[in-house]
Amino acid sequence: MRRAYLNRNHVFVTLAWLTAALVLMAFVALTVGSESIPLASLWPALKQWLTHNNQLGEREVILFSLRLPRIALAVGVGASLALAGAAFQALLRNPLADPHILGISSGAAFGAIVGIITAAQLPFAPNLTRAVFSFAGASIASALVYRLGRREDDPARLVLAGVILSTFLSSLNVLMLSLVDDVRLRNITLWLLGDLSNALTESLLFIGAALLLGLGVLLTQARALNLMMIGAREAFTLGVETTRTRWLVFAAASLLTGAAVAAGGAIGYVGLLTPHLIRLIAGADNRLVLPAAALGGALLTLVADTLARTVIAPRELPTGAITALLGAPLFIYLLLKRR
Amino acid sequence: MNLLTFDDVHFGYDRPVLAGVTLEVRAGEVLALLGTNGAGKSTLLQLGCGTLTPHRGSIHCAGEPLTQLTRREAARRLALVTQANDVHFPLTALEYVLTGRFAHAHAFGFDTEEDVELARQALRDTDAAHFAERRFNQLSSGERQRVVLARALAQQPQLLLLDEPTANADLAHQVALLALVQRLTRERGLGALVITHEINLAAEFADRVALLHEGRLLACGSPAEVLTESLLTKIFATALLVDRNPHSDKPRVSFWSAKGQKPH
Repeated sequence: MRRAYLNRNHVFVTLAWLTAALVLMAFVALTVGSESIPLASLWPALKQWLTHNNQLGEREVILFSLRLPRIALAVGVGASLALAGAAFQALLRNPLADPHILGISSGAAFGAIVGIITAAQLPFAPNLTRAVFSFAGASIASALVYRLGRREDDPARLVLAGVILSTFLSSLNVLMLSLVDDVRLRNITLWLLGDLSNALTESLLFIGAALLLGLGVLLTQARALNLMMIGAREAFTLGVETTRTRWLVFAAASLLTGAAVAAGGAIGYVGLLTPHLIRLIAGADNRLVLPAAALGGALLTLVADTLARTVIAPRELPTGAITALLGAPLFIYLLLKRR
Repeated sequence: MNLLTFDDVHFGYDRPVLAGVTLEVRAGEVLALLGTNGAGKSTLLQLGCGTLTPHRGSIHCAGEPLTQLTRREAARRLALVTQANDVHFPLTALEYVLTGRFAHAHAFGFDTEEDVELARQALRDTDAAHFAERRFNQLSSGERQRVVLARALAQQPQLLLLDEPTANADLAHQVALLALVQRLTRERGLGALVITHEINLAAEFADRVALLHEGRLLACGSPAEVLTESLLTKIFATALLVDRNPHSDKPRVSFWSAKGQKPH
């Protein structure tokens, strides 16, 4: 499976397998749930949905108004988080970096909460306000954590800076939550744990746009990131305009984190683990790791979300709880295996 | 032709590190840079590749001011070899060497067959081809050093800047490495600026030797001119014996005694 260097074939085969797995999982996610829908009835339901839009049965509503948007949201959020994680890890040459651990998700959540509170006073679309504030929060948090933990060659310092920032912002978030009224509080608390149940068309559009833009920018920097991953100073002498690469990658990863958190809350571990698993199977070259992490993150989040809404159906768990339940032991295993 | 010129270069942090260094590296020569710890050797090298900029004075790379080159242009002209960092990701030695092709390739896309062949040739040149498929972070420090040098060769520069390239190498690889650098200067007309603490290796392989002491250039010339008892004793504050290698007739430096004092 592993080659001495990356070639075109290896990339296409790996991405094709991941895409196939993702499509397969999407079909599984469509059919299972509190109302089980057999695979055979998907096609007639699709025809019904496309042709008779205004007279839909219960099955069509479940499939195309509830499950399909939620699948799309899980795919978008998971892909964005894993992509942001892979980018942060390479840029900061730190395999422990991830939007959640670095406090960038907390920054995005902080921004989003400020956005929700201020949106009530503003005439604009509340979801747009939330997304913009979330991106701003993520950007400020990444700038802060980078300044705090900048020293080269000390991965632990950066993670420590992230943990400090993360706990600080979490307390601020709790503080702000005590300022809003009860009903909204309950929703925000759930959403902070990572909640994909509320797949609005607007959220889907934001996350889709952010994902395309972020992936596009990061792919142009994939080769430079291969060098940054070895060392920023070496990358500089090997021909990378390191300042430009750093800005582009930080901006793209903050955008992805902001969009993901605004749409689905702070889902942990996807950004940390997906790139690890991808590198384990496919090597460390970012020209493959970045797109593969996007697909892998989408797949993992979709699996987690499908579990979240089926294991104690008809009640639901927050998706973030499942990713943490699966992710934390896996992460400990990977840590131990590295020794 | 001068590949790299330092002209009255000053640099310092809270106190001066380099004070008015003027030095040039020519095509086809090995220039060894000797000096005590903290003399400013590595700083000079960092200035030479642009990771630091001088406070006063100027640096030219093949006639053009270094600051006016894009990073890709600079990387096609000069390659830096330093001690390798740990790599926290599972890169193979070959992938590591392929990063040396960055400045020659499109920013986006895959490595061409030519890139891969150049990288493999560079690994063969540094006697590292047999671990091309192994993970970089599983190699010993001496093996890593050869991979780092291979990456610099894959970069196809006109000038090599080497910061203690032999530091972790065994005796055979120390000699092989400098012989390779010397061969490249002869065959391909490369220039090489080598920081080393191995005075005898410098004497054997360098065309010129520069002595840096407390941020100033004390002497620069052929090994026979520079590696004298009086100069070396002054710099290293240790009594040293300089005689001739009977085979090569190059200066040979050894200790007078274990205490570093000249017997009366």
